[in-house]
Amino acid sequence: MSGVDQWTLIGVAQATFVGLAVAGCLTNRRRVLVTPLYALAALASLVMLIAALGALFASDAVVVSKRLLPVGLPDIKSHLRLDGLAAVFLVIVNIAAIAAALYGVGYDAHTPEPARVLAPFPLFLAGMNIVPLADDAFTFLVGWEFMSLASWLMVLAGHDREENRRAALVYLTMAAFGALALLMAFGALAGAGGGYSFDAMRAMTPSPGIATLAALALLLGAGSKAGLAPLHVWLPLAHPAAPSHVSALMSGAMTKVAIYALMRGLLELAGPPQWWWGGLLAVIGALTAALGALQSLTQTDTKTVLAFSTIENIGVIAAALGLAIAFRASGQPLEAGLALVAALFHALNHGLFKSLLFFGAGAVLHSTGTRELDRLGGLIHRLRWTAPLVLVGCIAISAVPPLNGFASEWLVFQSILDATSLQHWELKFTTPLIGALVALAAALAAASFVRFFGIAFLGRPRDAAAAQAHEVSPAMLAAMAGLAALCLAFGAWPGVPLEPLARVAAAAADPSGATTLLFVGGGDGHTAWLAVAPRGNLTAAYSGMMAALGLAALTGIAVGLASLVSGARARRGPAWDCGFPDPNPATQYTASSVGQPLRRIFGSVVLAARDRVDMPPAGDQQPATLTSTIRDPAWHFLFDPLIAAINRATERVNALQFLAIRVYLSLMFAALIGLLIIVAVAR
Amino acid sequence: MTGLAFDIAHLLGALVLTLSFALLYQRRLSAAINVVAMQAAVLAAAAAWQAVTRDAGHLFVTAAIALIFKAIAVPLLLHWLIRRLNISTTVEAAFGVTLTMGLGVGVSTLSILLVLPLTAGETLLLREDLAFALAVALIGPLLMIARRNAVIQVVGFMSMENGLILAAVGVKGMPLVVEASVAFSVMVATFIFGVFFFHIRERFDSLDVSRLEEMQGERHS
Repeated sequence: MSGVDQWTLIGVAQATFVGLAVAGCLTNRRRVLVTPLYALAALASLVMLIAALGALFASDAVVVSKRLLPVGLPDIKSHLRLDGLAAVFLVIVNIAAIAAALYGVGYDAHTPEPARVLAPFPLFLAGMNIVPLADDAFTFLVGWEFMSLASWLMVLAGHDREENRRAALVYLTMAAFGALALLMAFGALAGAGGGYSFDAMRAMTPSPGIATLAALALLLGAGSKAGLAPLHVWLPLAHPAAPSHVSALMSGAMTKVAIYALMRGLLELAGPPQWWWGGLLAVIGALTAALGALQSLTQTDTKTVLAFSTIENIGVIAAALGLAIAFRASGQPLEAGLALVAALFHALNHGLFKSLLFFGAGAVLHSTGTRELDRLGGLIHRLRWTAPLVLVGCIAISAVPPLNGFASEWLVFQSILDATSLQHWELKFTTPLIGALVALAAALAAASFVRFFGIAFLGRPRDAAAAQAHEVSPAMLAAMAGLAALCLAFGAWPGVPLEPLARVAAAAADPSGATTLLFVGGGDGHTAWLAVAPRGNLTAAYSGMMAALGLAALTGIAVGLASLVSGARARRGPAWDCGFPDPNPATQYTASSVGQPLRRIFGSVVLAARDRVDMPPAGDQQPATLTSTIRDPAWHFLFDPLIAAINRATERVNALQFLAIRVYLSLMFAALIGLLIIVAVAR
Repeated sequence: MTGLAFDIAHLLGALVLTLSFALLYQRRLSAAINVVAMQAAVLAAAAAWQAVTRDAGHLFVTAAIALIFKAIAVPLLLHWLIRRLNISTTVEAAFGVTLTMGLGVGVSTLSILLVLPLTAGETLLLREDLAFALAVALIGPLLMIARRNAVIQVVGFMSMENGLILAAVGVKGMPLVVEASVAFSVMVATFIFGVFFFHIRERFDSLDVSRLEEMQGERHS
């Protein structure tokens, strides 16, 4: 496909988004518009996906196609650029967007005021598409802010609830902080000459001080959007507050756009990367992963569990990206390419299964009306189609073979094992720690999703709502089924998505283009669909399809043997209940009780998890109570003191508002005299 | 410039500054108004003398504005205002006269220390004129904060403005002198109407409290 066609497709899709946003305002009055508008949004996203795939598969070389639009600031205009890295993230964003729009058809069919979501929804999609395409700081920030503000509006869609309003406020504050940090980063990189186009930044090599400043600002700005600790605090509030398909987009796609900003900024724009940027990012990523996984285990709200799990996965991606930067700074392009491909592949996979899981949580919310895990149970009997689809997502995110989550986390661990070859002894010593934290996070995440699926879908219903749940609409099921199919396919044949990702990563990790051979058959004209071997030989290889066939064979043998032994006919009987039959479903394991051991082991220090039992004295009629408390260390050590300090300062400064005019005049006069004295003395 | 012309210009500049000091220790409102009127008259003379010696006709306009508007019209208006609003004619001081005079001497010294080194290389008249003008312009706000009377704020503002005009007429080739003096006169007039319409009587720090607090918003804790 030629470049012109891609830009035409992109232009048509973006114009459609803008038109849809206008039309979306009308949906409160004309409810028939909801379905066609979502369908058009899905179609426009499909067009974007086709354009991005076209760029990704155009030829063996990574295509760079540029456009200059005559809009924007007079001296900058709007530069657009479609290259491999941008195409990868456009693919991630638009797969999730297509599924979310399809899901929205069913999900928003009966909401009272659909315009609250349908007006900002297309703008959100447009913003997430503009950011990867942007080739100057101005266009980038415009897209970024569209993304932030549109998603903020959708977090506010349920503004009748107090906690949603608080979530939106925290989110907006953090988004403003992040945008400010990015603005500073671009300002530092543009230099005094004001070269705000990314081409100018690539051409210029900033001094080490400026580059470090810009890298740290990028880390703050993009990291706050991605959800890296300790700037993650908005994410578990805002992501669950939005409608489920928007939550899916925010977790599955928007955090990836932030990862894109980190990649683009740290690898390309901030000059030659320094090794400690990568080390810092990897350590932050590993800590984020462990913290997110641990906290997802302690939550009892389905969507909050998923939001914390997003933090965990972003941490894993950031750790891999950090290693890629460190490898590249140490002059090891092959290892850098592997780490980067791991980060990209995990970003792609997380976009798939996290969207799927949020859709699943939305389906549960839609059919039961609750997000409380402890009020669910037994849904596998009521949601016969949703349950297996969610199970696919749970297995994938738990990194269990043969699904795609395993393939990408395996690659991440491969590059962590590579890190012993790094030159700097600081990194040599840190990488085992990073590996241990990421491994801990993976294990905790698996436990968290066993709990998630087991409590919500297995057992007996704990609540009337769960007992009377009904299956969701076909559109919602179709969205989930599509994503689940992709999860299965990318798990069985990871070589297929890895082939273009490896090309992109090779180009990004080694601008000279020497690194092409990353995988078995990578440069030889063979396809790598059967097995993935990251070192180009067979010291470490993984074949998703073999794993799938092997597991299927083992399962078949086990099931066959079991049915042979037990007799052919299936019988239904009461569940084993330790010989103590109790008809009350409240006696089942709850989400809290499943999480409690891990909460006590790992959470008592990090999260200050405490359980307090108030037992009334004998003879007292009062009920005994158990109070469990946890706290997020980021709130406790950073944000609460910060907010308190700001409040104290504003109360002090507030006194300035109630002075007499003469005192204001005196202050101004004193300031003037002070300045004059400085001039008189300093000259 | 001949010796006599220089001496007269210098004398007029010094006189403006002296009247500023005179303003600082006035205890009665009407006396303060009279002093500032005299200051404006001397300023008019200074501007006119500059117009004659530098052969700059537009400075006559400045002189005329200073004389008619600031030396005659505004003082008359202020006297009428005092009678009309029953403002007591004594001025309540926020700082004592000694402190005020001390501060006045301080800002004058600062002006001289500041201006003389900055303008090294210029003519002596310009340098001293600018130092006087800056001192006058600083004593004006000093008066505004040292007294609690609303009308004296107008007087202080006028005195400050006299200093600015003095600086403007002293500098050769200064553009927009006439326009500046017109603009400042309009500001003075607005100030006076503000005092009149808001019925600000005695104190500038305890005037129409209810009206002002509406603008300040809610007071916290």
